[in-house]
Amino acid sequence: MSVAASTVDATRSGLSDAVVVLRRNTWTLGLLVFLAILLVFTRLIQPTYGPTGIQGLANSVLPLALAATAQAIVVISGGIDLSIGSMMALTSVVAASNMQDQSDQFAVAVVIGVLLLGLLLGAVNGAVIVVTRVPDIVVTLAMAFVWAGCALLVLRTPGGGSAQWLNDLVLGPLGNEWVPKAGVVLVVIIAVIWIPVSRSRLGLSLYAIGSNPLAAFRSGVSVGRTKIFAYMLGGLFAALGGLALTASTGRGTPVPGPYTLLSVAAVVLGGVSLAGGRGGVFGPVIGVVILQLIRTDMTFLKLDPNLATVAQGVILIGVVMLGSLLQQRRSRA
Amino acid sequence: MSEAVGTADARNPWLTAAAWRALFRDRPIVPLLVLLGLLVVLFELGPSSVSPAWAGGVFRAAVPLAILAGCQTLAMLTGGIDLSVGAIASASGFVVATLVGTMGLPAAILIVLIAAGIAGLVNGIGVGVFKVHPLIMTLGMSLVVLGLANVWQVQRVQTGAGVPPELRTLGSNVFLTVIPYSLIVFVPVALLILLGLRRTGYGRLLYAIGDNPIAARLSGARAWQVIIVLYVISAVLAGIAGLLIGGLTNVASVTLADSYVLPSVAAAVIGGTSILGGRGGFGGTIVGALILTVITSLLSSLGYPEAVRQILFGAIIVAVAAAYTRVTQES
Repeated sequence: MSVAASTVDATRSGLSDAVVVLRRNTWTLGLLVFLAILLVFTRLIQPTYGPTGIQGLANSVLPLALAATAQAIVVISGGIDLSIGSMMALTSVVAASNMQDQSDQFAVAVVIGVLLLGLLLGAVNGAVIVVTRVPDIVVTLAMAFVWAGCALLVLRTPGGGSAQWLNDLVLGPLGNEWVPKAGVVLVVIIAVIWIPVSRSRLGLSLYAIGSNPLAAFRSGVSVGRTKIFAYMLGGLFAALGGLALTASTGRGTPVPGPYTLLSVAAVVLGGVSLAGGRGGVFGPVIGVVILQLIRTDMTFLKLDPNLATVAQGVILIGVVMLGSLLQQRRSRA
Repeated sequence: MSEAVGTADARNPWLTAAAWRALFRDRPIVPLLVLLGLLVVLFELGPSSVSPAWAGGVFRAAVPLAILAGCQTLAMLTGGIDLSVGAIASASGFVVATLVGTMGLPAAILIVLIAAGIAGLVNGIGVGVFKVHPLIMTLGMSLVVLGLANVWQVQRVQTGAGVPPELRTLGSNVFLTVIPYSLIVFVPVALLILLGLRRTGYGRLLYAIGDNPIAARLSGARAWQVIIVLYVISAVLAGIAGLLIGGLTNVASVTLADSYVLPSVAAAVIGGTSILGGRGGFGGTIVGALILTVITSLLSSLGYPEAVRQILFGAIIVAVAAAYTRVTQES
């Protein structure tokens, strides 16, 4: 396995691949620069924006960033998952209803169980797509109904509870007041789960089936199994997002939030091609931070916060238009 | 006689299977109508029984869903999807309710439908000219429309809003206990879509672009023009549906029609329209909308919660889509 991984690394460092990696990073770097400008701008219009603001930003970003990561993995493999918001709602209410008034040790078991549940939900999504050969978008749209219905069966109204240690895990600063725990948790989760996967043979297969399923199949990749794996990873990250929701609000809400739509927006903004096979998870995460910061800035500017929704839509459309214009020009040249 | 049929079947067992497959593939409306009949029988066996008033209620509830599902059908024929119908329908119902006090109903409706058309125009330009994926374009548009409707709500919070009585009559009253007044709107719309798809060059172009965009382009079809017109039609239809939903529920809210978006896609999928484009029609979609409405009515009469309805809807969409995929791929 390690031999296989090292050969993958070796082929990856080829010259043409390096160009692709560079191009991919150009977009992410550009986003980082834009984010820095946006932070400076925020500080200018609101001089009191400091550690508290960063804390609030990190707390609101965490569930959304996990949803965006889930969506990014699925989109990279050539699919799309419209059930992420529903899976987050379901995992969140399962966690909240089981953790209420229970011991800390039991809560650990609940968290592990919820993560397994996420893998299972994703596996069902992927397996239905692979077995029925119905387009991803139809299946996940339908599964969005199913998981949201299940969430309503578990908990009819918002309620439940969260273990104290889970709240402490994401709320508040870590050491320095500028370092929010939610941000650290996000980085750790991505570093522990996504980075090893993306460097493995399986990660390469994910990109391969997203880029060209037929070519991947002919190179010996099991397309169906890899697709199910992608959806399982998506389900896992959706479960992490659901746990983050429970942890930061202290309860579970059975009605899905706007996470599916915003995850698609963040993925597009993060430079992941909807055609599959291109992009990473860091771009979408930065995209989430940008989308949230724009919302914050609009309240600072005393603008109607509803305009932030308009802005998110315009940004979503604008970025995709720009992307497809560039692509058209490239293919013409 | 029956023996002869039996031996024919035994000699050629694939004949009947193929015939069935062809029936599902080419005339999906026949099995759908059978399914609808079965559901009605099931309802009759349940706690409450079928009555003219019940039928009137089902038709009344199915009309807005069928119109929104018509938007999806048109978009899906070209391989697209229009997820902005919910936001556009809600916004148009809401804005008419706020405008009607100052400028009267006809002017308010005109303004709203023009605004809806502009939203559709932007959708169409994005999808047709800039080649943005329809899913993304219409999702983004629904965010924009929802945000603008909210801004409008904040502006208009003093004047208040009420659904005008004319729309309430149109949306919720029923003539002779079976025929809802909303058919006055629905019948012309449905005829227009049905005949438009079957008999006009524009309808054939929708199928052509969805079936094989390259072939359509090489035969001289200007896909971008067709798509722009398509999304304008879709948005205006969504606006009309929004007026009916406002009249049906007697509520003016900016999220009124959001819960219709997924069922509208479901109705089109159940009706045999392929999301990949080029296959389907509005007849099946109408039956699909009726099936979903009857199921809703059945479940609520049996006392099942909303959650069960959602799970069942999801399961039905997957099952039906899988069945269609099977019969169309094996040909």
